[in-house]
Amino acid sequence: MLPERVIAIFLFLCSFLSILITIGIVAVLLFEAISFFGEVSFLEFITGTRWTPLFSSKQFGVLALVAGTTLTAVLAMAVALPLGLLSAIYLSEYAPRKVRSTVKPTLEILAGIPTVVYGYFALLFVTPLLRGISEDIAVFNALSAAVVMGVMILPMVSSLSEDAMRAVPRTLREGAYALGSTKMEVSIFVVVPAALSGIASAFILAVSRAIGETMIVTIAAGQNPRFTLNPFVPIETMTAYIVQVSQGDTPAGSIEFKTIFAVALLLFVITLAMNLLSQYVVGRFREEYD
Amino acid sequence: MQDLDPILQARDLSVYYDTKKVVTDVNLDVARNRITSIIGPSGSGKSTLLRCFNRMNDLIPSARVEGQVLFDGLDLYGHNVDPTEIRYLIGMVFQRPNPFPKSIYDNVAFGPRINGFKGDIDELVERSLRRAALWDEVKDRLKTSGLSLSGGQQQRLCIARALAVEPSVILMDEPCSALDPIATLAIEELMHELSEDYSIIIVTHNMQQAARVSHYTAFLMVEEARVGFMVEFGESRKIFTNPEDERTEAYITGRFG
Repeated sequence: MLPERVIAIFLFLCSFLSILITIGIVAVLLFEAISFFGEVSFLEFITGTRWTPLFSSKQFGVLALVAGTTLTAVLAMAVALPLGLLSAIYLSEYAPRKVRSTVKPTLEILAGIPTVVYGYFALLFVTPLLRGISEDIAVFNALSAAVVMGVMILPMVSSLSEDAMRAVPRTLREGAYALGSTKMEVSIFVVVPAALSGIASAFILAVSRAIGETMIVTIAAGQNPRFTLNPFVPIETMTAYIVQVSQGDTPAGSIEFKTIFAVALLLFVITLAMNLLSQYVVGRFREEYD
Repeated sequence: MQDLDPILQARDLSVYYDTKKVVTDVNLDVARNRITSIIGPSGSGKSTLLRCFNRMNDLIPSARVEGQVLFDGLDLYGHNVDPTEIRYLIGMVFQRPNPFPKSIYDNVAFGPRINGFKGDIDELVERSLRRAALWDEVKDRLKTSGLSLSGGQQQRLCIARALAVEPSVILMDEPCSALDPIATLAIEELMHELSEDYSIIIVTHNMQQAARVSHYTAFLMVEEARVGFMVEFGESRKIFTNPEDERTEAYITGRFG
């Protein structure tokens, strides 16, 4: 039985490899971040609102970057959630089979477009449109990037929510129809609540995606760390900052260089928290319907 | 048979799925405040026929109905008839209990709420649960999920849910097929009580059940063409003791099906 044992060990190593890599990433992040926090107080980092590590008067208030990330993520979700949920309701409850079998793959193609394309779409198409509405909107602004990011996330929200809704048993819908419900009432009062845990986890996954999204905000939202909720001015997200520094000629080992590990660690903690929240929500609101 | 006061009348009723005919030319009178059972072998179109009475077949895109179903004289398939309003008047209980994943209270209140009920909803919920012989078992836990109940209780919850919109007809599609004998007995007793105020149509595989609970019985069967048709309709007493058609006799004595 040696071959079977060999195969088992080989497969174990394969799965262990990805865990090892994850551990390695976290270790590197921690190592560099600890070294960073040896020079900069954690309190200043986590409560400061000015972020100027690349200037001569260095300040390390990461909230300026967190604000940028929060602003773009919230605006992106404001686009993706309602549209995603409504299109999921349409696809799951209203669309004839032919329409669904065309629209769903088409929507999913949106997810396959490289994000750099979205980034330029935001900068070169959406931003001029916005600036046509108001001259006060800067060339680089959070709004344009966030709207396009919302469009990018939309298919994921829609597709996962639709899967959750389609999994609701037909008998539940029939029960509601038999009480004189219209299709809209069946969708809103029976299907969506029964699929809520799946929809909620789709939402949370989308939020993590928005927080971690890099290319669109790097291209279209600017590189000006700014503690603001004004979507019309240039800002900088955590991810865009990491790109900026790792692309520049910042010498390795310098304090400027170490900032990206501290920011990356924070980003990692935030997305991890979102994923844990997602698991909690799924467990907490799971409505068993069978 | 002459004294039958019909609440529902099927007239030359045929059902198609796409171009395939599945039920043909059924003529059936459903008596007011009586229990009518529909029996027959699998594939004879019992459930399909039942679902014509509240237009549930409309939910299947390929289904098409020909003929008429008169509800106190009104053709349910008439031009300006809204199926959702029909289902408000003609309730349905399904083969497997299908309570919503909501509280017991919200399950019963669901129909009245969507139909814009304005009165005392607590009172309506209690009355419906009492009517479905479930109140005493659940009155202390109305806020718990309907799915926490046993199968038989769930089915009575579904009956309470149907009663809450105050229909005049209740359609039951093999309501006991997923239940144990004791729960089945409870549902049968309940049906008997409900038939004082409601007209009930029950589809059942179980001939003893049809003989026990129903006043009238329709026997459907299916032949090589695989199109369901009605063989015989009459008082249950007569159908089960002295049927006119020899195919009915063959079926009830267990020679096929």
